Amino acid sequence: MTRERPTTNVFLVGVGGQGIVLVSRILGELAFAAGLDVKQNEVHGLSQRGGSVTGHVRWGAEVHAPVIMEGEAHYLFALEELEALRWAHFLRPDGLALVSSQRIPPVSVTVGGESYPEDVVERLTGFGRTLAVPAYQAATELGNTRVANIVLLGAMSTECAEFSEEQWKAAVAACVPAKHRELNLKAFDRGRAAAAAAGVLPRRADA
Amino acid sequence: MLELMSGNEAIARGAWECGATFGAGYPGTPSTEILEAFAQYKGVYAEWSPNEKVGLEVAIGAAFAGARAMAVMKHVGVNVAADPLFTVSYTGTNGALVIITADDPSLHSSQNEQDNRNYAKFAKIPMLEPADSQEAKDLVLSAFEMSERYDTPVFLRMTTRICHSMGVVALGPRRAVPRRPYVKNANKNAMVPSHAYERHFALERRQTLLEAESETFAGNRIEMRSLQVGVVTSGISYQNVREALPEFSTLKIAMTYPLPHQLIRNFASQVNKLYVVEENRPFLEEEILATGIAVEGKQQLLRVGELSASALRRRILHRDSAQQPAVEGLPKRAPQFCPGCLHRGIFFLLAKRKYIVTGDIGCYGLAALPPYNAMDSLICMGAGLTMAHGFDKVVTRSGNPTTEDTEGNKSPGSATTTGPLSSASSVVGKPPAERVVGVVGDSTFFHSGLTGVANTVFNRGVSTFLILDNRITAMTGHQPDPATGLAIDRKPAPRIDIEAACRALGVRRVFRVNAFDLPGMDKLLEAETATAEPSVIIVEGPCIFTDRDSRQPTFLVDQARCVKCRGCFRLGCPAITIEDGEVRIIADLCWGCGLCAQVCPKKAISQAQPEAKP
Repeated sequence: MTRERPTTNVFLVGVGGQGIVLVSRILGELAFAAGLDVKQNEVHGLSQRGGSVTGHVRWGAEVHAPVIMEGEAHYLFALEELEALRWAHFLRPDGLALVSSQRIPPVSVTVGGESYPEDVVERLTGFGRTLAVPAYQAATELGNTRVANIVLLGAMSTECAEFSEEQWKAAVAACVPAKHRELNLKAFDRGRAAAAAAGVLPRRADA
Repeated sequence: MLELMSGNEAIARGAWECGATFGAGYPGTPSTEILEAFAQYKGVYAEWSPNEKVGLEVAIGAAFAGARAMAVMKHVGVNVAADPLFTVSYTGTNGALVIITADDPSLHSSQNEQDNRNYAKFAKIPMLEPADSQEAKDLVLSAFEMSERYDTPVFLRMTTRICHSMGVVALGPRRAVPRRPYVKNANKNAMVPSHAYERHFALERRQTLLEAESETFAGNRIEMRSLQVGVVTSGISYQNVREALPEFSTLKIAMTYPLPHQLIRNFASQVNKLYVVEENRPFLEEEILATGIAVEGKQQLLRVGELSASALRRRILHRDSAQQPAVEGLPKRAPQFCPGCLHRGIFFLLAKRKYIVTGDIGCYGLAALPPYNAMDSLICMGAGLTMAHGFDKVVTRSGNPTTEDTEGNKSPGSATTTGPLSSASSVVGKPPAERVVGVVGDSTFFHSGLTGVANTVFNRGVSTFLILDNRITAMTGHQPDPATGLAIDRKPAPRIDIEAACRALGVRRVFRVNAFDLPGMDKLLEAETATAEPSVIIVEGPCIFTDRDSRQPTFLVDQARCVKCRGCFRLGCPAITIEDGEVRIIADLCWGCGLCAQVCPKKAISQAQPEAKP
């Protein structure tokens, strides 16, 4: 590693139970296996129960804080649309928002009468480049909706040239239980294909 | 060899490497994974104690017996353990005793954000604070050695971001440390007043030695950069200073009690301006100001919540790291009971009945939030039961025994009462808002509930207690408790019967009910809150995380019958949603508990028939 290597920040958001912690660990393993310094922060305890959940992964030559500063995320990794919008300001203007096209209305919407935001992808492009992927749909087709997180991770891998496809897959394989390895690697490939099909939307010029 | 480890895992690793053989504690976020990870190592003994006081006391016993022992708890757990804490500071430890306190700034999963550095000063116990996983591992070794060298318990203070952040850690081998011989010495170990008086002098002598130790402690280190500004800081705040204010010189304090005053004076003399950056209370700042060193500190920073790098940059450099404002007005997403959770049904009924519910610590604390709105209070472990007794004595039945006597008709109950209840009438006519129930979980019951039940029986109380029994400490990540039948190693252990325990404490009316039987629970609530003697209702159901086999076929909404009254939404089930104007059940999430079918007034919800096997 070189001392000059700048730190890369990945800010992960979603709903408790969607598998943010697993993705954080895979990204941590990916950078660690590449010989980089890594800090990674995850949420435990009460907030995991269906609430808004965040995770932070940072890698580089030397990383201090485990938590990303607002406006410093190179990647916003969002497993749910509303959560993507809630945390979009963490993105750098030259950053990339990866969002799974899944909407999980919170109780404040279903019972409380508030409105679920519309045009999320369009609004995200006001914050940075945006890659929207039907990860949940792809996972459903693979027969296990729980791998939607890995589909989105596959999509991310196509936009993060710091690591080779082999490195990415090794990190996935190292972090998932052996009996689910094949399914997760399939999901990862689906994500790569979905990213190619969807294409990255540019940041809006008026933003 | 290097490994990516959380701060908690690094502590367990450090304790193992330096020959610790004993660990005890009670689960509590953010500390839980420390003891869980420690228990995985060979050659150690670990246990979940029923509460932190017990955990600390057994660890003191182990240290007196000559072991390297640790007691592990979250910040509020130290309150429970405070009684032995202050006195073991007098006796010393013989072997080594390290007390891990994991504080939770920003209350990610806690009822307050108390700053346990104050315990170090209060009890005159040295305190070490790591700033990342590697340092957590290193400081555990320092803590054990310091404990033995100075015959003192030593605090290791963690905060949530250190506990739950992963960082690169260099692993080492385990060193065998021989057990120190135990020698009977009542003057030192039995704190009757005359002995304790002498030990107080010993404590003060030790304090002087520890003050000198802090001046040369390797973890307290000056890093010179700009001579303009120097920052005294520690723990996670050090990392945030390095991130947000990379030009500033730092004095990184790893031994936060007692402080190295000479070192601080030395650092202060090398910079034009001195800041203190710390989360929560102005602990370092007040200590430094008291020695007459000019320091600019916390008064301009936040005292509530975590002090993030973003906040530091904003408040010290007056520069915002965010370049785009956050989207405002978005719907909030609070945590909820999981689909299939045993807590959903009982709190649905309590909300409907508008009872006063004194609650407690656990997943069921979510009942205080919308859409449940079914819990009135939540203070600490055990208070769910004891506060109900206090409430009852003031506002309900026992407040006026004369009236109650004239109304008469106490329902006597019996040790075998499980069938239909006799109609009790002592509070008939009383508005529901006057009825109180106290709620605890199974782990909380063994932590601090037993004494509350004894208190109510002993003091002629009448309270109705609900024990929500999923036979696991769920919120902290499913640790076994005395109701589980497993120990920390997940091997069989005696299971303590809650019903028998309540009967042994003198409660005659003890009932067990299925958490998914709404009519059954409703009948019990009505009858028992109207009974003029203590009663316990044990609400039984599995936690979906520990009993994956409890999942049943999904339920479905018949759109032809559904009138969209949204009655089922009051269950606050994440599996029930509205899409394209239709109420739907998300099959992925549905656990098949069937509560929604029980509350639907139009019988529009029913269970999918499992497909017949060919």
